[in-house]
Amino acid sequence: MTATIARHRPGQGREDAGRDGFGRVLRAEWIKFRTVRGWVIAVVIAVVLMDLIGLFAGGSVNTTCDNGGGRVLHGAACIPPQPLGPGGVPVTDSFTFVRQPLTGNGSVTVRMTSLTGRYGGGYGPASQGPAAGSKIGVQPWSKAGIIIKQSTRQGAAYAAMMVTGSHGVRMQYDFTHDIAGLAGPVSARSPRWLRLTRSGDTITGYDSADGRHWTEVGAVALAGLSATAQAGLFVTSPAYMSLSEVFGGTTGQVGPSLATGVFDHVRLSGARPGSTWAGVDVGNQDAFGPQSGQLEGFQRAGDRFTVTGSGDIAPQVPGGGGGGPNSTIEGHLIGAFAGLIVLVVIGAMFMSAEYRRGLIRTTLAATPRRGRVLAAKAIVIASVTFAAGLAAAVIAVAVGVRLAHDQGTYVFPVSWLTWLRVVAGTAALLAVATVLALALGTLLRRSAAAVAAGIVVIVVPFILGIAQVLPIGAAEWVLRVTPAAAFAIEQSVPAYSQVRASYTPPIYFPLAPWAGFGVLCGYAALALGLAFIVLRRRDA
Amino acid sequence: MSALETRRPGLSTLRAEWTKLRTVPGTPWLVAATIVLTVAVSIAAIAGTRCPVGAPCPADTTKLSLTGVDFGQAVVAVMAVLGISGEYSTGMIRATFAAMPRRAAVLAAKACVTTGPVLAAGVIAVAGSMLAGRLILPGHGFSAARGFPLVSLADPAVLRAAAGSVLYLALIALLSLGIATAVRDSAVAIGLVLGLLYLFPIVATLAANPHWQRHLEQIGPMTAGLEIEATTGLHSLPISPWAGLGVLAAWAAAALLIGGVLLRLRDA
Repeated sequence: MTATIARHRPGQGREDAGRDGFGRVLRAEWIKFRTVRGWVIAVVIAVVLMDLIGLFAGGSVNTTCDNGGGRVLHGAACIPPQPLGPGGVPVTDSFTFVRQPLTGNGSVTVRMTSLTGRYGGGYGPASQGPAAGSKIGVQPWSKAGIIIKQSTRQGAAYAAMMVTGSHGVRMQYDFTHDIAGLAGPVSARSPRWLRLTRSGDTITGYDSADGRHWTEVGAVALAGLSATAQAGLFVTSPAYMSLSEVFGGTTGQVGPSLATGVFDHVRLSGARPGSTWAGVDVGNQDAFGPQSGQLEGFQRAGDRFTVTGSGDIAPQVPGGGGGGPNSTIEGHLIGAFAGLIVLVVIGAMFMSAEYRRGLIRTTLAATPRRGRVLAAKAIVIASVTFAAGLAAAVIAVAVGVRLAHDQGTYVFPVSWLTWLRVVAGTAALLAVATVLALALGTLLRRSAAAVAAGIVVIVVPFILGIAQVLPIGAAEWVLRVTPAAAFAIEQSVPAYSQVRASYTPPIYFPLAPWAGFGVLCGYAALALGLAFIVLRRRDA
Repeated sequence: MSALETRRPGLSTLRAEWTKLRTVPGTPWLVAATIVLTVAVSIAAIAGTRCPVGAPCPADTTKLSLTGVDFGQAVVAVMAVLGISGEYSTGMIRATFAAMPRRAAVLAAKACVTTGPVLAAGVIAVAGSMLAGRLILPGHGFSAARGFPLVSLADPAVLRAAAGSVLYLALIALLSLGIATAVRDSAVAIGLVLGLLYLFPIVATLAANPHWQRHLEQIGPMTAGLEIEATTGLHSLPISPWAGLGVLAAWAAAALLIGGVLLRLRDA
């Protein structure tokens, strides 16, 4: 086949022959691929399938909503504005804040003696005691402590030292960062002393069990912190979730919760002279003074502050409670598995068809170094499927997200780097999976067996992992050890250990994105290695 | 022999097809692979599932024990596809039709002889999977004391699930045979069959609209057909067990019909 080409273009043919010949093998394989009309059509079908299924699965009914004034809104107008944190991630920023302006450097120190809470049912005003149905109990990630925050605007930069319901003392800053401090719960018998000091842009957090021996928990730089920041006490409590695992998913009850923290030995240095403690509910921006009759607020008795709050200071995650966004960009890439089935067929046939027609003998006669034939085939098929997959993924995500937004679905925003990783990663997944199919086709020589093997090792584990047929433990195990682990490369939103949510497939994968992709690459490399050995040893 | 052939052409067609299937070196391997893959995946799924003390586990232990059927059906599909596309790839099909010009009879005979080994493999694979469930599950928290009776064929629902799973595999073989007859190429046929089977569960899982999700599960050959394995929560199934198997049977009949018509109309 190559010889024919060389005769048509004599100059180029001689030049190719002059090189070590791999370029010629590559060209021969490329011509074999593009001249089989069925394969080219199949690649187009794979792209179309991927996009159609992605748009179908991601599409939803057009949302309508009421703007409160009786006017009906449609589509994108129904998406409520989401506060964004310093890193551009959507955040929940809602807490009771008892504050004073802090000018320049300074520090705030408190002792905490109690953190209690209520959840479930309706809860009435604090003075009337718990309402019917509400239960006593603090949430694992209820937070009470001290905070230095750029401003009371939602999403403004901050650093905080806090005691939590069941995760000990933590230092958290800018929503996504979390450092562990002293372990154990807070009580009057084992109080927790917390301190934050500001020096320029750097905020350092300390904790202590006795107020004399302090331990540094962390020192963090908050970029662009203005000269005057807000410093003070805060309490917040995320939605309670009673998650119960059902097959492949979780169901649970979600409802508001309330936490109350008791503070004393409050010391603030660096405050603007003459200012006093003022309460604000960050989230709905209601200002209130001490002794406010509201459920969320604070009471002061001398040096003792009792602060009650509800909400959370944390990144939003899909699958979490509290009605945050649930749609992700990779939701529009679900068609990838359908494209994958088509590409696996092509990948397997790219080699097995040569055995069926006997062309393999001509191929190996023309290129006696058999490893090169396999390498050239792998490069050609990987390049074609990567390009096709990239085009399909870009269209599916770009168009899908736009359509979803116009219909009123809030799609979780991601950084452009993550966007690139998800889209290019999907294309790479398709390319590597097709190479795996090529290797299987070489090993098995029979098209049907190779295609079935390719689909069974990639697509079926993917179904078992996400389609709620297995319990979560088994599903995650499947998504760790099979080539389907590579779908982790599509996960666009990280899981946060400091945010309670149901972190289950298909939004969350058990392996990190590149680790999951590495599992597939490992299988492909192993199969390709075996194919090299077998191809060299076997008669054609 | 020749007297038999002239008197009973149907029987000789059947005999010829059986001889072909029996003597192809791949068949015993594929039967063995069906059994091994089904049982191995079932054991893995059972071993990976635990019901922690105190947690509610709304698990269907019978369906869980039969998880391997999801994988085993792929091998069954390969076996059925190769039954006819193997003849096209070697050119054998021309000899077959020269010997037996009644093409519909050839397809019917192929359907019969393919179903036999699939049923045999299915019985062993399902029995092995259920035995694994019976032995392992009580130790993983799914004990009778907590409301999970031992997986037992004495329970009519479990018997229906077991027998239905074997029938499911046979119907998958017929569906695959029909599709392979229509498209002739083994790789394309196997891609089509598995794409058809696995497309519905994945799209249904991710369909944003729960209404569509239910409809997709009702019409998908795999999603509807595998409802035969359900023994608990029968009221919340998208389609009842036998009706679901009926949907798969309709897919198989349609595929065989299309394959048969194309077989008559086309040159071999």
